[in-house]
Amino acid sequence: MSDAPIVGRSRPVWVRVVGLAGLVTTALTVWLGLWVTPPDQKQGNLVRLVYLHPPIAWVALYLAFGLAALSSLLYLWRRTRSLFWDRLAAASVEVGVVFNALTLATGMLWGRPSWGVWWTWDARLTSTALLLVLFLGYLALRRVPADPEVRAKRCAVAGLIAFVDVPIVHFSVVWWQTLHQGATVLNADLSPTIHGSMAWTLLLGFVALTLVFVWMVAVRYRIEVLADRTGAEHLEISLAERWAEGGVAVPTAPAPSNGSVELRPPSPVGQ
Amino acid sequence: MWRDALLVAGKDLRIELRSRVALWQVLPVAVLSLVLYAFALGPVRHTLASAAPGLYWLAVLFSTVLATQRSFAIESGEGTRDGLRASGIDPAGVFLGKAAAVAAELAVLQVVLWAAMTVLFGVHLHTAWLALVASLLATLGLAAAGTLYGALSAGLRVRETLLPLLVLPVLAPVLLAASRAWSGALSGSVSDGVSWLRVLGPFAAVYLVIGIVLYGPLLEAG
Repeated sequence: MSDAPIVGRSRPVWVRVVGLAGLVTTALTVWLGLWVTPPDQKQGNLVRLVYLHPPIAWVALYLAFGLAALSSLLYLWRRTRSLFWDRLAAASVEVGVVFNALTLATGMLWGRPSWGVWWTWDARLTSTALLLVLFLGYLALRRVPADPEVRAKRCAVAGLIAFVDVPIVHFSVVWWQTLHQGATVLNADLSPTIHGSMAWTLLLGFVALTLVFVWMVAVRYRIEVLADRTGAEHLEISLAERWAEGGVAVPTAPAPSNGSVELRPPSPVGQ
Repeated sequence: MWRDALLVAGKDLRIELRSRVALWQVLPVAVLSLVLYAFALGPVRHTLASAAPGLYWLAVLFSTVLATQRSFAIESGEGTRDGLRASGIDPAGVFLGKAAAVAAELAVLQVVLWAAMTVLFGVHLHTAWLALVASLLATLGLAAAGTLYGALSAGLRVRETLLPLLVLPVLAPVLLAASRAWSGALSGSVSDGVSWLRVLGPFAAVYLVIGIVLYGPLLEAG
Protein backbone atom coordinates (compact mmCIF):
# COMPACT_ATOMS: atom_id res chain seq x y z
CA MET A 1 0.00 0.00 0.00
CA SER A 2 1.40 3.42 -0.82
CA ASP A 3 1.97 6.24 1.60
CA ALA A 4 0.52 8.74 -0.86
CA PRO A 5 -2.89 9.26 0.79
CA ILE A 6 -1.41 10.36 4.07
CA VAL A 7 2.07 11.72 3.52
CA GLY A 8 2.21 14.79 1.39
CA ARG A 9 3.51 18.24 2.10
CA SER A 10 0.90 18.77 4.76
CA ARG A 11 -1.71 16.73 6.56
CA PRO A 12 -4.42 15.42 4.24
CA VAL A 13 -7.87 16.96 4.42
CA TRP A 14 -9.63 13.96 5.95
CA VAL A 15 -7.23 13.90 8.87
CA ARG A 16 -7.93 17.59 9.51
CA VAL A 17 -11.67 16.98 9.31
CA VAL A 18 -11.50 14.07 11.74
CA GLY A 19 -9.31 16.10 14.08
CA LEU A 20 -11.71 19.01 14.02
CA ALA A 21 -14.71 16.71 14.54
CA GLY A 22 -12.88 15.11 17.48
CA LEU A 23 -12.21 18.51 19.01
CA VAL A 24 -15.82 19.67 18.60
CA THR A 25 -17.35 16.45 19.97
CA THR A 26 -14.91 16.42 22.89
CA ALA A 27 -15.77 20.03 23.73
CA LEU A 28 -19.46 19.16 23.51
CA THR A 29 -18.95 16.15 25.79
CA VAL A 30 -17.17 18.33 28.33
CA TRP A 31 -19.94 20.93 28.23
CA LEU A 32 -22.73 18.35 28.50
CA GLY A 33 -20.87 16.31 31.08
CA LEU A 34 -19.94 19.19 33.36
CA TRP A 35 -22.88 21.58 33.05
CA VAL A 36 -25.95 20.11 31.39
CA THR A 37 -26.28 16.65 32.92
CA PRO A 38 -27.53 16.34 36.49
CA PRO A 39 -25.42 14.91 39.33
CA ASP A 40 -26.13 11.30 40.29
CA GLN A 41 -28.32 10.52 43.31
CA LYS A 42 -25.71 8.29 44.94
CA GLN A 43 -22.41 9.38 43.44
CA GLY A 44 -23.10 13.08 43.12
CA ASN A 45 -20.72 14.93 40.83
CA LEU A 46 -18.38 11.95 40.74
CA VAL A 47 -20.66 10.36 38.19
CA ARG A 48 -19.38 12.82 35.62
CA LEU A 49 -16.31 10.62 35.24
CA VAL A 50 -18.59 8.17 33.49
CA TYR A 51 -18.51 10.31 30.35
CA LEU A 52 -14.74 10.01 30.22
CA HIS A 53 -13.52 6.81 31.82
CA PRO A 54 -15.43 4.13 29.85
CA PRO A 55 -14.84 5.80 26.46
CA ILE A 56 -11.10 6.04 27.19
CA ALA A 57 -11.03 2.39 28.21
CA TRP A 58 -12.95 1.45 25.07
CA VAL A 59 -10.40 3.22 22.87
CA ALA A 60 -7.38 1.71 24.64
CA LEU A 61 -8.47 -1.84 25.28
CA TYR A 62 -10.60 -2.58 22.25
CA LEU A 63 -9.90 -0.16 19.42
CA ALA A 64 -6.18 0.42 19.81
CA PHE A 65 -4.98 -3.01 20.84
CA GLY A 66 -7.46 -4.74 18.54
CA LEU A 67 -6.23 -2.70 15.58
CA ALA A 68 -2.62 -3.35 16.57
CA ALA A 69 -3.19 -7.11 16.71
CA LEU A 70 -5.01 -7.12 13.37
CA SER A 71 -2.26 -5.05 11.73
CA SER A 72 0.45 -7.31 13.13
CA LEU A 73 -1.36 -10.35 11.77
CA LEU A 74 -1.80 -8.75 8.34
CA TYR A 75 1.88 -7.84 8.30
CA LEU A 76 2.95 -11.39 9.09
CA TRP A 77 0.67 -12.86 6.48
CA ARG A 78 2.77 -12.92 3.32
CA ARG A 79 0.04 -11.83 0.92
CA THR A 80 -0.70 -8.62 2.78
CA ARG A 81 2.83 -7.90 4.00
CA SER A 82 3.51 -4.19 3.75
CA LEU A 83 5.15 -1.60 5.96
CA PHE A 84 1.74 0.10 6.05
CA TRP A 85 0.51 -2.51 8.53
CA ASP A 86 3.66 -2.31 10.58
CA ARG A 87 3.38 1.46 10.96
CA LEU A 88 -0.32 1.25 11.66
CA ALA A 89 0.33 -1.28 14.43
CA ALA A 90 3.06 0.91 15.91
CA ALA A 91 0.90 4.02 15.80
CA SER A 92 -2.08 2.35 17.38
CA VAL A 93 -0.05 0.65 20.12
CA GLU A 94 1.48 3.97 21.04
CA VAL A 95 -1.87 5.72 21.20
CA GLY A 96 -3.28 2.66 22.99
CA VAL A 97 -0.61 2.82 25.68
CA VAL A 98 -1.41 6.47 26.35
CA PHE A 99 -5.13 5.71 26.60
CA ASN A 100 -4.42 2.64 28.72
CA ALA A 101 -2.48 4.80 31.18
CA LEU A 102 -5.32 7.34 31.13
CA THR A 103 -7.80 4.53 31.82
CA LEU A 104 -5.86 3.61 34.94
CA ALA A 105 -5.44 7.24 35.98
CA THR A 106 -9.11 8.17 35.59
CA GLY A 107 -10.09 4.90 37.25
CA MET A 108 -7.89 5.71 40.24
CA LEU A 109 -9.34 9.21 40.46
CA TRP A 110 -12.76 7.63 40.55
CA GLY A 111 -11.81 4.83 42.90
CA ARG A 112 -10.27 6.98 45.60
CA PRO A 113 -13.45 8.93 46.55
CA SER A 114 -15.97 6.16 45.80
CA TRP A 115 -14.14 3.07 47.12
CA GLY A 116 -11.76 4.88 49.46
CA VAL A 117 -8.63 3.44 47.85
CA TRP A 118 -6.52 4.36 44.86
CA TRP A 119 -5.99 0.79 43.90
CA THR A 120 -7.65 -2.54 44.55
CA TRP A 121 -6.64 -5.97 43.25
CA ASP A 122 -9.81 -6.21 41.27
CA ALA A 123 -9.62 -8.45 38.21
CA ARG A 124 -10.33 -5.69 35.73
CA LEU A 125 -7.80 -3.31 37.25
CA THR A 126 -5.10 -5.92 37.47
CA SER A 127 -5.46 -7.07 33.89
CA THR A 128 -5.54 -3.49 32.60
CA ALA A 129 -2.31 -2.74 34.44
CA LEU A 130 -0.64 -5.88 33.05
CA LEU A 131 -1.77 -4.92 29.58
CA LEU A 132 -0.05 -1.56 29.95
CA VAL A 133 3.25 -3.26 30.81
CA LEU A 134 2.83 -5.78 27.98
CA PHE A 135 2.49 -3.08 25.36
CA LEU A 136 5.20 -0.91 26.95
CA GLY A 137 7.43 -3.87 26.14
CA TYR A 138 6.30 -3.67 22.53
CA LEU A 139 7.24 0.01 22.39
CA ALA A 140 10.61 -0.71 24.00
CA LEU A 141 11.29 -3.36 21.37
CA ARG A 142 10.33 -0.90 18.68
CA ARG A 143 12.86 1.63 19.90
CA VAL A 144 15.71 -0.81 19.29
CA PRO A 145 17.37 0.40 16.12
CA ALA A 146 17.11 -2.03 13.24
CA ASP A 147 16.41 -2.28 9.57
CA PRO A 148 12.71 -1.37 9.02
CA GLU A 149 11.81 -4.81 7.61
CA VAL A 150 13.56 -6.64 10.44
CA ARG A 151 12.02 -4.38 13.05
CA ALA A 152 8.60 -4.77 11.47
CA LYS A 153 8.75 -8.55 11.56
CA ARG A 154 10.08 -8.62 15.10
CA CYS A 155 7.46 -6.21 16.34
CA ALA A 156 4.62 -7.96 14.53
CA VAL A 157 5.55 -11.23 16.25
CA ALA A 158 5.86 -9.45 19.61
CA GLY A 159 2.51 -7.73 19.14
CA LEU A 160 0.81 -10.98 18.32
CA ILE A 161 2.33 -12.91 21.24
CA ALA A 162 1.36 -10.10 23.59
CA PHE A 163 -2.18 -10.02 22.25
CA VAL A 164 -2.63 -13.77 22.71
CA ASP A 165 -1.74 -13.28 26.36
CA VAL A 166 -4.62 -10.86 26.90
CA PRO A 167 -7.44 -13.42 27.34
CA ILE A 168 -5.20 -15.67 29.46
CA VAL A 169 -4.31 -12.78 31.74
CA HIS A 170 -7.95 -11.80 31.93
CA PHE A 171 -9.29 -15.22 32.87
CA SER A 172 -6.50 -15.97 35.31
CA VAL A 173 -6.99 -12.77 37.27
CA VAL A 174 -10.76 -13.21 37.26
CA TRP A 175 -10.31 -16.67 38.75
CA TRP A 176 -7.66 -15.41 41.10
CA GLN A 177 -10.17 -12.95 42.52
CA THR A 178 -13.17 -15.24 42.68
CA LEU A 179 -11.27 -18.22 44.06
CA HIS A 180 -9.01 -16.32 46.36
CA GLN A 181 -11.10 -13.65 48.00
CA GLY A 182 -14.67 -14.32 47.08
CA ALA A 183 -16.56 -12.27 44.54
CA THR A 184 -15.76 -8.60 44.68
CA VAL A 185 -18.56 -6.12 45.05
CA LEU A 186 -16.47 -3.37 43.58
CA ASN A 187 -18.41 -2.85 40.46
CA ALA A 188 -17.82 0.36 38.59
CA ASP A 189 -20.73 -0.21 36.24
CA LEU A 190 -23.51 2.28 35.82
CA SER A 191 -26.80 1.91 37.49
CA PRO A 192 -29.18 0.30 35.01
CA THR A 193 -31.47 3.30 34.87
CA ILE A 194 -29.69 6.20 33.33
CA HIS A 195 -31.09 9.63 32.74
CA GLY A 196 -31.76 10.56 29.11
CA SER A 197 -29.23 13.38 28.85
CA MET A 198 -26.65 11.24 30.65
CA ALA A 199 -27.06 8.42 28.14
CA TRP A 200 -26.64 10.81 25.24
CA THR A 201 -23.57 12.42 26.77
CA LEU A 202 -21.99 9.02 27.35
CA LEU A 203 -22.68 8.05 23.74
CA LEU A 204 -21.19 11.33 22.56
CA GLY A 205 -18.14 10.63 24.72
CA PHE A 206 -17.60 7.34 22.89
CA VAL A 207 -17.92 9.05 19.51
CA ALA A 208 -15.61 11.90 20.53
CA LEU A 209 -12.80 9.71 21.82
CA THR A 210 -13.08 7.34 18.87
CA LEU A 211 -12.59 10.33 16.57
CA VAL A 212 -9.67 11.53 18.66
CA PHE A 213 -8.18 8.05 18.43
CA VAL A 214 -8.49 7.93 14.63
CA TRP A 215 -6.94 11.37 14.37
CA MET A 216 -4.04 10.53 16.69
CA VAL A 217 -3.29 7.28 14.87
CA ALA A 218 -3.34 9.05 11.49
CA VAL A 219 -0.99 11.77 12.72
CA ARG A 220 1.27 9.24 14.44
CA TYR A 221 1.37 7.11 11.30
CA ARG A 222 2.46 10.11 9.28
CA ILE A 223 5.21 10.89 11.78
CA GLU A 224 6.41 7.29 11.49
CA VAL A 225 6.70 7.56 7.71
CA LEU A 226 8.41 10.93 7.89
CA ALA A 227 10.81 9.70 10.58
CA ASP A 228 11.84 6.71 8.43
CA ARG A 229 12.34 9.02 5.49
CA THR A 230 14.35 11.56 7.48
CA GLY A 231 16.47 8.74 8.87
CA ALA A 232 17.34 7.62 5.36
CA GLU A 233 18.01 11.16 4.19
CA HIS A 234 20.12 11.92 7.21
CA LEU A 235 22.28 8.91 6.41
CA GLU A 236 22.62 10.17 2.85
CA ILE A 237 23.72 13.61 3.93
CA SER A 238 26.18 12.29 6.53
CA LEU A 239 27.67 9.92 3.97
CA ALA A 240 28.07 12.74 1.49
CA GLU A 241 29.79 14.87 4.12
CA ARG A 242 32.21 12.09 5.06
CA TRP A 243 32.99 11.48 1.39
CA ALA A 244 33.66 15.16 0.94
CA GLU A 245 36.02 15.11 3.93
CA GLY A 246 37.94 12.21 2.43
CA GLY A 247 38.17 14.02 -0.88
CA VAL A 248 36.06 11.45 -2.69
CA ALA A 249 33.95 12.94 -5.44
CA VAL A 250 30.23 12.64 -4.75
CA PRO A 251 28.22 11.97 -7.91
CA THR A 252 25.41 14.40 -7.10
CA ALA A 253 24.35 16.66 -4.30
CA PRO A 254 22.18 15.13 -1.55
CA ALA A 255 18.55 14.81 -2.60
CA PRO A 256 16.36 17.68 -1.48
CA SER A 257 13.64 16.67 0.94
CA ASN A 258 10.80 16.54 -1.51
CA GLY A 259 9.80 12.94 -1.29
CA SER A 260 11.24 9.63 -2.35
CA VAL A 261 14.77 8.75 -1.39
CA GLU A 262 17.06 6.89 -3.73
CA LEU A 263 20.06 5.15 -2.30
CA ARG A 264 23.36 6.12 -3.78
CA PRO A 265 25.82 3.47 -5.03
CA PRO A 266 27.85 1.89 -2.23
CA SER A 267 30.41 4.07 -0.57
CA PRO A 268 33.95 3.76 -1.94
CA VAL A 269 35.22 4.16 1.62
CA GLY A 270 34.61 0.64 2.83
CA GLN A 271 34.05 0.04 6.54
CA MET B 1 10.51 -31.60 13.08
CA TRP B 2 10.73 -33.89 16.09
CA ARG B 3 14.10 -35.31 15.08
CA ASP B 4 15.43 -31.78 14.57
CA ALA B 5 14.06 -30.83 17.96
CA LEU B 6 15.90 -33.74 19.58
CA LEU B 7 19.12 -32.71 17.83
CA VAL B 8 18.88 -29.10 18.98
CA ALA B 9 17.87 -30.05 22.53
CA GLY B 10 20.76 -32.54 22.66
CA LYS B 11 23.19 -29.88 21.48
CA ASP B 12 21.99 -27.32 24.04
CA LEU B 13 22.05 -29.79 26.91
CA ARG B 14 25.50 -31.03 25.90
CA ILE B 15 26.80 -27.47 25.94
CA GLU B 16 25.23 -27.04 29.37
CA LEU B 17 26.80 -30.28 30.64
CA ARG B 18 30.21 -29.06 29.53
CA SER B 19 29.94 -25.41 30.53
CA ARG B 20 27.75 -25.89 33.66
CA VAL B 21 26.59 -22.26 33.51
CA ALA B 22 23.02 -23.03 34.54
CA LEU B 23 24.23 -25.33 37.29
CA TRP B 24 26.80 -22.99 38.82
CA GLN B 25 25.15 -19.63 38.12
CA VAL B 26 21.40 -19.87 37.60
CA LEU B 27 20.73 -22.49 40.26
CA PRO B 28 22.65 -20.75 43.08
CA VAL B 29 20.88 -17.48 42.27
CA ALA B 30 17.51 -19.23 42.53
CA VAL B 31 18.36 -20.74 45.92
CA LEU B 32 19.83 -17.43 47.05
CA SER B 33 16.59 -15.67 46.14
CA LEU B 34 14.73 -17.98 48.56
CA VAL B 35 17.06 -16.85 51.33
CA LEU B 36 16.56 -13.21 50.34
CA TYR B 37 12.77 -13.62 50.38
CA ALA B 38 13.09 -14.97 53.91
CA PHE B 39 15.15 -11.90 54.88
CA ALA B 40 12.47 -9.66 53.38
CA LEU B 41 9.58 -11.38 55.15
CA GLY B 42 11.20 -12.12 58.48
CA PRO B 43 12.05 -15.45 60.07
CA VAL B 44 8.55 -16.42 61.24
CA ARG B 45 7.86 -19.94 59.98
CA HIS B 46 4.16 -19.40 59.57
CA THR B 47 4.57 -16.35 57.32
CA LEU B 48 7.17 -18.10 55.21
CA ALA B 49 5.12 -21.26 54.85
CA SER B 50 2.03 -19.39 53.69
CA ALA B 51 4.04 -17.36 51.17
CA ALA B 52 6.09 -20.38 50.06
CA PRO B 53 4.22 -21.32 46.82
CA GLY B 54 4.38 -17.77 45.48
CA LEU B 55 8.04 -17.33 46.41
CA TYR B 56 8.93 -20.68 44.87
CA TRP B 57 7.33 -19.76 41.55
CA LEU B 58 8.81 -16.28 41.66
CA ALA B 59 12.23 -17.90 41.90
CA VAL B 60 11.37 -20.21 38.99
CA LEU B 61 10.10 -17.24 36.96
CA PHE B 62 13.31 -15.27 37.35
CA SER B 63 15.34 -18.37 36.65
CA THR B 64 13.39 -18.76 33.41
CA VAL B 65 14.61 -15.34 32.32
CA LEU B 66 18.20 -16.29 33.15
CA ALA B 67 17.91 -19.70 31.49
CA THR B 68 16.50 -18.29 28.25
CA GLN B 69 19.14 -15.59 28.23
CA ARG B 70 21.77 -18.29 28.54
CA SER B 71 20.03 -20.39 25.90
CA PHE B 72 20.37 -17.59 23.36
CA ALA B 73 23.79 -16.46 24.54
CA ILE B 74 25.14 -19.74 23.22
CA GLU B 75 23.61 -18.90 19.83
CA SER B 76 25.29 -15.52 19.72
CA GLY B 77 28.74 -16.90 18.95
CA GLU B 78 30.31 -16.04 15.65
CA GLY B 79 28.22 -17.38 12.79
CA THR B 80 26.19 -19.65 15.06
CA ARG B 81 22.84 -18.32 13.96
CA ASP B 82 23.80 -18.46 10.33
CA GLY B 83 25.07 -21.98 10.83
CA LEU B 84 21.80 -22.98 12.40
CA ARG B 85 19.84 -21.33 9.60
CA ALA B 86 22.01 -22.82 6.89
CA SER B 87 21.84 -26.31 8.37
CA GLY B 88 18.39 -26.83 6.92
CA ILE B 89 16.91 -27.66 10.30
CA ASP B 90 13.20 -26.96 10.55
CA PRO B 91 12.64 -23.67 12.50
CA ALA B 92 9.83 -25.36 14.41
CA GLY B 93 12.35 -28.05 15.37
CA VAL B 94 14.81 -25.43 16.59
CA PHE B 95 12.07 -23.85 18.70
CA LEU B 96 10.93 -27.15 20.22
CA GLY B 97 14.52 -28.24 20.82
CA LYS B 98 15.56 -25.06 22.57
CA ALA B 99 12.33 -24.97 24.59
CA ALA B 100 12.84 -28.62 25.60
CA ALA B 101 16.39 -27.89 26.74
CA VAL B 102 15.22 -24.92 28.81
CA ALA B 103 12.37 -27.02 30.23
CA ALA B 104 14.81 -29.79 31.22
CA GLU B 105 17.06 -27.28 32.99
CA LEU B 106 14.07 -25.74 34.76
CA ALA B 107 12.91 -29.19 35.85
CA VAL B 108 16.25 -29.94 37.50
CA LEU B 109 16.25 -26.49 39.05
CA GLN B 110 12.80 -27.02 40.50
CA VAL B 111 13.81 -30.27 42.20
CA VAL B 112 16.71 -28.55 43.93
CA LEU B 113 14.62 -25.50 44.72
CA TRP B 114 11.93 -27.69 46.21
CA ALA B 115 14.47 -29.43 48.44
CA ALA B 116 15.83 -26.05 49.54
CA MET B 117 12.37 -24.78 50.31
CA THR B 118 11.48 -27.85 52.35
CA VAL B 119 14.57 -27.27 54.45
CA LEU B 120 14.43 -23.50 54.73
CA PHE B 121 10.68 -22.83 54.91
CA GLY B 122 9.54 -26.06 56.52
CA VAL B 123 6.72 -26.86 54.11
CA HIS B 124 5.41 -30.29 53.13
CA LEU B 125 3.53 -31.42 50.08
CA HIS B 126 0.08 -32.71 50.83
CA THR B 127 -0.90 -33.72 47.30
CA ALA B 128 2.26 -34.57 45.39
CA TRP B 129 0.60 -35.44 42.06
CA LEU B 130 -1.09 -32.05 41.82
CA ALA B 131 2.19 -30.22 42.40
CA LEU B 132 3.87 -32.46 39.84
CA VAL B 133 1.24 -31.90 37.12
CA ALA B 134 1.16 -28.16 37.80
CA SER B 135 4.96 -28.02 37.62
CA LEU B 136 5.02 -29.96 34.38
CA LEU B 137 2.47 -27.72 32.64
CA ALA B 138 3.94 -24.53 34.06
CA THR B 139 7.47 -25.54 33.01
CA LEU B 140 6.30 -26.23 29.46
CA GLY B 141 4.57 -22.85 29.30
CA LEU B 142 7.53 -20.97 30.81
CA ALA B 143 10.00 -22.65 28.48
CA ALA B 144 7.85 -22.07 25.37
CA ALA B 145 7.10 -18.39 26.05
CA GLY B 146 10.64 -17.78 27.30
CA THR B 147 12.18 -19.31 24.19
CA LEU B 148 9.95 -17.22 21.93
CA TYR B 149 10.97 -13.99 23.61
CA GLY B 150 14.56 -15.13 23.87
CA ALA B 151 14.63 -15.50 20.09
CA LEU B 152 12.91 -12.17 19.70
CA SER B 153 15.54 -10.29 21.69
CA ALA B 154 18.51 -12.42 20.66
CA GLY B 155 21.21 -10.46 18.88
CA LEU B 156 19.99 -7.12 20.20
CA ARG B 157 22.49 -5.06 22.13
CA VAL B 158 19.92 -4.28 24.80
CA ARG B 159 18.71 -7.88 25.23
CA GLU B 160 19.66 -8.23 28.91
CA THR B 161 17.42 -5.35 29.90
CA LEU B 162 14.75 -5.83 27.26
CA LEU B 163 14.01 -9.53 27.82
CA PRO B 164 12.65 -9.21 31.38
CA LEU B 165 10.36 -6.36 30.37
CA LEU B 166 9.00 -8.36 27.46
CA VAL B 167 8.68 -11.74 29.06
CA LEU B 168 7.68 -11.15 32.69
CA PRO B 169 4.21 -9.66 32.03
CA VAL B 170 3.49 -12.50 29.61
CA LEU B 171 4.53 -15.07 32.22
CA ALA B 172 2.44 -13.42 34.94
CA PRO B 173 -0.55 -15.78 34.48
CA VAL B 174 1.79 -18.77 34.98
CA LEU B 175 3.09 -17.32 38.22
CA LEU B 176 -0.45 -16.74 39.38
CA ALA B 177 -1.86 -20.10 38.37
CA ALA B 178 1.13 -22.20 39.43
CA SER B 179 1.31 -20.51 42.84
CA ARG B 180 -2.40 -21.12 43.44
CA ALA B 181 -2.14 -24.72 42.25
CA TRP B 182 0.83 -25.33 44.56
CA SER B 183 -0.95 -23.62 47.36
CA GLY B 184 -3.71 -26.19 46.88
CA ALA B 185 -1.18 -29.01 46.73
CA LEU B 186 0.48 -27.85 49.96
CA SER B 187 -2.70 -27.33 51.95
CA GLY B 188 -4.61 -30.26 50.53
CA SER B 189 -7.45 -28.25 49.00
CA VAL B 190 -7.17 -30.26 45.81
CA SER B 191 -10.21 -28.97 43.92
CA ASP B 192 -9.02 -25.35 44.21
CA GLY B 193 -5.61 -26.35 42.97
CA VAL B 194 -6.89 -28.49 40.11
CA SER B 195 -8.97 -25.64 38.70
CA TRP B 196 -5.75 -23.70 38.08
CA LEU B 197 -4.52 -26.38 35.72
CA ARG B 198 -7.12 -24.91 33.35
CA VAL B 199 -4.90 -21.85 33.03
CA LEU B 200 -1.56 -23.68 32.93
CA GLY B 201 -2.59 -26.22 30.28
CA PRO B 202 -3.94 -23.77 27.68
CA PHE B 203 -1.03 -21.37 28.33
CA ALA B 204 1.51 -24.07 27.52
CA ALA B 205 -0.48 -25.26 24.49
CA VAL B 206 -0.98 -21.76 23.07
CA TYR B 207 2.67 -20.75 23.35
CA LEU B 208 3.94 -24.05 21.98
CA VAL B 209 1.69 -23.66 18.93
CA ILE B 210 2.65 -19.98 18.44
CA GLY B 211 6.30 -20.91 18.70
CA ILE B 212 5.98 -23.65 16.10
CA VAL B 213 4.18 -21.30 13.70
CA LEU B 214 6.10 -18.04 14.26
CA TYR B 215 9.65 -19.22 14.89
CA GLY B 216 10.40 -19.30 11.15
CA PRO B 217 9.67 -15.58 10.57
CA LEU B 218 11.48 -14.80 13.82
CA LEU B 219 14.69 -16.51 12.70
CA GLU B 220 14.54 -14.64 9.40
CA ALA B 221 14.23 -11.37 11.30
CA GLY B 222 17.22 -12.10 13.53
